[in-house]
Amino acid sequence: MSESQVKPPLPYSARDVVLPGDASCHGCPIPIALKVLSAVFGEKMILVIPACCTSVIVGTYPGQSLKASIIHVPFASAAAVASGVAQALKMRGISDVQVVAWAGDGGTADIGMATVSGAAERNEDIFYIMYDNEAYMNTGIQRSSSTPRGAWTTTTPILGKGENKKDVAKVLIAHNVPYVATASIGYPHDLYSKLQRAKNIHGFKYIQIHAPCPTGWRFDPKYTVKIAKLAVETGFWILYEYYNGKLIISGPSRPLLDSSKRKPIEEYLKLQGRFRTITPEIINSINEYIESNWSWIKKLM
Amino acid sequence: MSKKIALTGNYAIAYAVKLAKPDVIAAYPITPQSPIVEKLAEMIESGELKASMIRVESEHSALAACFGAAVAGARVFTATSSQGLLYMHEVVHWASRARIPMVMAVVSRTINTPWNIWPDHSDFVDQRDTGWIMAYAMDNQEAFDLTLQAFKISEDPSVYLPVMVGIEGFILSHTAMPVEIPDEKLVDDWLGERTQPYVIDGLEPKGLGPLTLPEDTEDIFYGIQLAMENSKRVIKSVDSEYGKLFGREYGGLISCYYCNNAKYIAIALGSWTGDLIEAVNTLREEGYPIGVIRVRFYRPFPREDLWEVLRGAKGVFVFDRAISFGAWGPLFTDLVAGLIQYTNKLPIIVNIVAGIAGVHVSAEDFHNMLLSLINRVESGLEHGYFDWVRIRR
Repeated sequence: MSESQVKPPLPYSARDVVLPGDASCHGCPIPIALKVLSAVFGEKMILVIPACCTSVIVGTYPGQSLKASIIHVPFASAAAVASGVAQALKMRGISDVQVVAWAGDGGTADIGMATVSGAAERNEDIFYIMYDNEAYMNTGIQRSSSTPRGAWTTTTPILGKGENKKDVAKVLIAHNVPYVATASIGYPHDLYSKLQRAKNIHGFKYIQIHAPCPTGWRFDPKYTVKIAKLAVETGFWILYEYYNGKLIISGPSRPLLDSSKRKPIEEYLKLQGRFRTITPEIINSINEYIESNWSWIKKLM
Repeated sequence: MSKKIALTGNYAIAYAVKLAKPDVIAAYPITPQSPIVEKLAEMIESGELKASMIRVESEHSALAACFGAAVAGARVFTATSSQGLLYMHEVVHWASRARIPMVMAVVSRTINTPWNIWPDHSDFVDQRDTGWIMAYAMDNQEAFDLTLQAFKISEDPSVYLPVMVGIEGFILSHTAMPVEIPDEKLVDDWLGERTQPYVIDGLEPKGLGPLTLPEDTEDIFYGIQLAMENSKRVIKSVDSEYGKLFGREYGGLISCYYCNNAKYIAIALGSWTGDLIEAVNTLREEGYPIGVIRVRFYRPFPREDLWEVLRGAKGVFVFDRAISFGAWGPLFTDLVAGLIQYTNKLPIIVNIVAGIAGVHVSAEDFHNMLLSLINRVESGLEHGYFDWVRIRR
């Protein structure tokens, strides 16, 4: 193995923060993401969590599965509560604690959108992390604006979702915040280095983590990471960072600028029960969606 | 040194907040509340007040940001009205259920639709079941005093609940009267540093509000009920120590006017009680044995204090400036529910709903209504009733 192929190990003191035992489903991507987060911030973080899977995953009163601070908050309020926490810490002179709004796609792309936009526009000194499992999983797999086209959900039960996925990272780039990145639980080192870079940036930092959900996407729980990787390898989910007015495509996605290097989207779709009844027309439209995302990326590079 | 300056109700509240030295203020504009936070913004930008102001994108976020800041150890304040209060309603509950001390001003305005910015109490009483201590002022001086006291009450360890202070929009919010501002040093010594039941500032791992089973959740909510009971004592002692220090004492949860030897008692909340008192003045001069109770604290509901005054009354006239559609006025509901815990023989209790959506009710209107009510009781009215009186000129 050559030197360049050796990946740096994650500091798995992460287990000191993400304690063994939580209420997540088998194969849940969320604890994976939390471990990476913990590897970066340790105990000195305050997670502000609106209604989402994580509200349940971290356990029931009086215990919690994270050895960090958690404030559970109303669905649409995470970015606002996090703003308040950050301002209070600033007024109290506490500077070594990271405030992280940690929300799902429903709490971000839908009900929390105005609140996220407000905090972004004010450039609050917080992390806003959306773990994107592409539907309202905690309430029972209902469609969100972040659900991809063609996906079965319990509120698109026969026809599948008719619209494309809302691109929240793009919305945040339009806010001109200091840092925006996409990430995936399939690439923890990539997420780790993004968090490391962003933590030194003052102001609003947005990271969207693609998080395949076995329960909602209808796949075998052993495939969580495989599907996360396929989302990237097919070019469906593009890993990048955006700061200083420039988009930097991340390592795992970089070769895929060349569309011939991308795996066929079918490889990603066929492992997921939610795409079981997808038609060739929808597959075509997903391919067009992927292509248009890549052209947008190329424009910003 | 204390000083006396002419202030609108809104500015009186802003000056009280300034003296309370909050760390974080978050607010969203709405008529008729806006001048409170405009004044506070000016104080912050000019350096008079050392606080952080979060100019949020909605009322929901205003209270959410205050909640976050308060949990993290800051003294906080926000203000709102009407639709804004309804929009933040979810967080209103959230804050009290988390037992987080904070203060909010509610500058009352009726609820839409149709568009209407005139005052009644419907926005305020709509927060009845939220677990906030709810005070309502009659004039600008009291708005100032109650706001300052709200911080003290909210942060009392036997209370630890948020407090809202109401005033009527425009009637108080946009009209000026001389308001005495007490000496800053005296206020500092009296109010002291912020206290709260817990702080989540990341220095040690803590959690707030996780999934909680029914019995534990019920215990948490029962604690709010106990705290409400405790707060009655605290409200009275704060009122009395404030009186000793700053010269104004209001009587605790209620204020009474001409209540001694009164056969009849009129009850109301807020600034229209001023007109009611004026009418009762006249009636007293005309020889009628009538008094007024002004409810200063709507939550906790002052049933003990009301019973003490009303136990000998022959007729009680409750004036509500809010309506629970399909029923009657909310003060009336609470009063009757409170009194039947003491007696099976209630006095005649009549509920008049009036002044809805900002319709003006003058002292003369009150005089006419009271006279007619007294006459009906004197002519042998057998039981109480409810009437929505729509005054038209």
